[in-house]
Amino acid sequence: MANKLLHIHRLRRVYVWELPVRIYHWVNALVIVALIATGFYIADPLALQSQREATDKFTMGWVRYVHFAAAYIFFFNFIFRIYWGFVGNKYANWRQFIPISKKFFKEMWYVFRMDILMLKGKEHMSIGHNAMAGFIYFLTFLAYLVQCLTGFGLYAGMSSWWLPKLFAWVPAMFGGDILTRQIHHWSMWFFILFAVIHVYLVFYHDYVEGRGEMSSMGGGWKFIEEEVFERNHHQTPNPEPKKTTPETITPNPDKPLPENVTTK
Amino acid sequence: MTNDSAPTTQPTYYQEVERKGYSRRDFIGFVTMMAAFMGLDKSAIGQVVKAMETKPRIPVIWLHFQECTCCSESFIRSSHPIVADILLDKISLDYTETLMAASGFQAEASLKNTMEKYKGEYILCVEGSVPTGADGVYCMIGGKTSMQILEEAAAGAKAIIAWGSCASNGCVQSAKPNPTNATPIHKLLKTSVPLIKVPGCPPIGEVMAGVIVHLVTFGKIPELDRLGRPKAFYSKRVHDSCYRRPYYDAGLFVETFDDESAKKGYCLYKVGCKGPSTYNACGVMKWNNGTSYPIQSGHPCIGCSEENYWDNGRLYDRASAFAGFGIEANADTLGKAALIGTGVAIAAHAIATNVRKHKLIFNLEKEGKQSEKELES
Repeated sequence: MANKLLHIHRLRRVYVWELPVRIYHWVNALVIVALIATGFYIADPLALQSQREATDKFTMGWVRYVHFAAAYIFFFNFIFRIYWGFVGNKYANWRQFIPISKKFFKEMWYVFRMDILMLKGKEHMSIGHNAMAGFIYFLTFLAYLVQCLTGFGLYAGMSSWWLPKLFAWVPAMFGGDILTRQIHHWSMWFFILFAVIHVYLVFYHDYVEGRGEMSSMGGGWKFIEEEVFERNHHQTPNPEPKKTTPETITPNPDKPLPENVTTK
Repeated sequence: MTNDSAPTTQPTYYQEVERKGYSRRDFIGFVTMMAAFMGLDKSAIGQVVKAMETKPRIPVIWLHFQECTCCSESFIRSSHPIVADILLDKISLDYTETLMAASGFQAEASLKNTMEKYKGEYILCVEGSVPTGADGVYCMIGGKTSMQILEEAAAGAKAIIAWGSCASNGCVQSAKPNPTNATPIHKLLKTSVPLIKVPGCPPIGEVMAGVIVHLVTFGKIPELDRLGRPKAFYSKRVHDSCYRRPYYDAGLFVETFDDESAKKGYCLYKVGCKGPSTYNACGVMKWNNGTSYPIQSGHPCIGCSEENYWDNGRLYDRASAFAGFGIEANADTLGKAALIGTGVAIAAHAIATNVRKHKLIFNLEKEGKQSEKELES
């Protein structure tokens, strides 16, 4: 029985995550898992009581090899993502990540109130990242930087290639490898905690919004209600304004959002 | 010390060698060894020989501040007798509190004389850190604080050598809470005089001799790394030249000091070896006439030539204590706690979502079910 009050939404397909962004994301996820796993092993290797000769084994050597290979992939993937932040679509743009406007902070505050404090009100709907997510990703980029600096800094002494040698100043800045290694190890925990929260929030957004959050990193599509799309479209008739904030829809008290996004 | 009559021109090193009764063969052996330690090409041996034969000995002032004299001990126990006999004996002729015969006013006069007579020519060797706390009263010699002495001596020096971890990094006396505010000399000196750091607690005697021989031979300081240490001796990690390295690469580790792996001589990484983080020549030159070095004796490297090794980590553990969270807490303990905290927070958030956003989720489901029904019909 068709409920008159129930509004069936027409969804509009938006291509949010371009293929390079998706490839970046999954390569990054894969190498970070590899780096954490091998990193834990390197920090505290398993007790292998083997009767074999050392010449037959290269366990630590292989683990380290995987760690270093993954580190190179991670590094170049990171460089590529920075580049894509300048040439990619508006959702990949660097402006999505760095809070440089008042609007950005306002949106962050709004997301915090809705998603974390769970206050009543209009749901915040973003197409790309919401401001809070963008800012957290900015922090992860800083963590990437820390890991690249300390990691290649530690690696510099063992390498004959010029690229890792560019980082030789890092351990020198910290007075040596001991502290550098520890910073490298501490920072790893940021990645672990981030990954856990990140995966949870993807589930969360998919669950409360039903707009393909989870699958978006597969096909690149997110879905947006026709009314919301229209409304947003009218608000920004010019697709390339000098906007400095993420492409988001902030609640407008004059024009209420569709029913399903209100919590009243 | 109190030389009979201070010679107007300094004798050369070789003259001193002859005077002490060493044979030419001894001398060449010494030079060859030094050249090898310094990583010089074979052809450079002649250069070193010539320098030792023709160059007058460099006047040296050797200051002792807040330290244990292990650097001097290491030096005089260097494997080749000429090191102690000629290099130390002769270079330290001018002033060194520990080994000179003069004392009191005589010693101070000797220091003053050397500083004036060889202004801009002498090498200043500093052993020990400078305590700057309480206006420097923790280390005073002849009524002057170590800082005053250092500043005066550094002003006229040709080069400064910071012997050992005390002078280079501060060593244990600058460990937290550092009551005397012990400070390595490079943080205090504002002169443009080149400074060579020779860290280690103590540094290897041959390394110390090598630095001096380099200064004599080439008349300039050796090539230094980013931390100011001579590259010839500090460019490789102890780990890289460790004879137990194959066990590391194989993943075979000593778990406790009395286990089977320890008897087999496996890698000491898991009992806290700092070899992978320590830049020194121990694995190559070894100690006490090349007899052994800590790892060879079954003890992990404690990283004594690295800055802050006393505060940066436990001696027998790879993971370091996390300041402010108790001595047992390391980064992984805290990480696990944070992970559990995050898990709890996520569970709470998930429950709260279903409570607070119940209507929203309910409507979404209803909408979806409606579409599903319409598809059926």
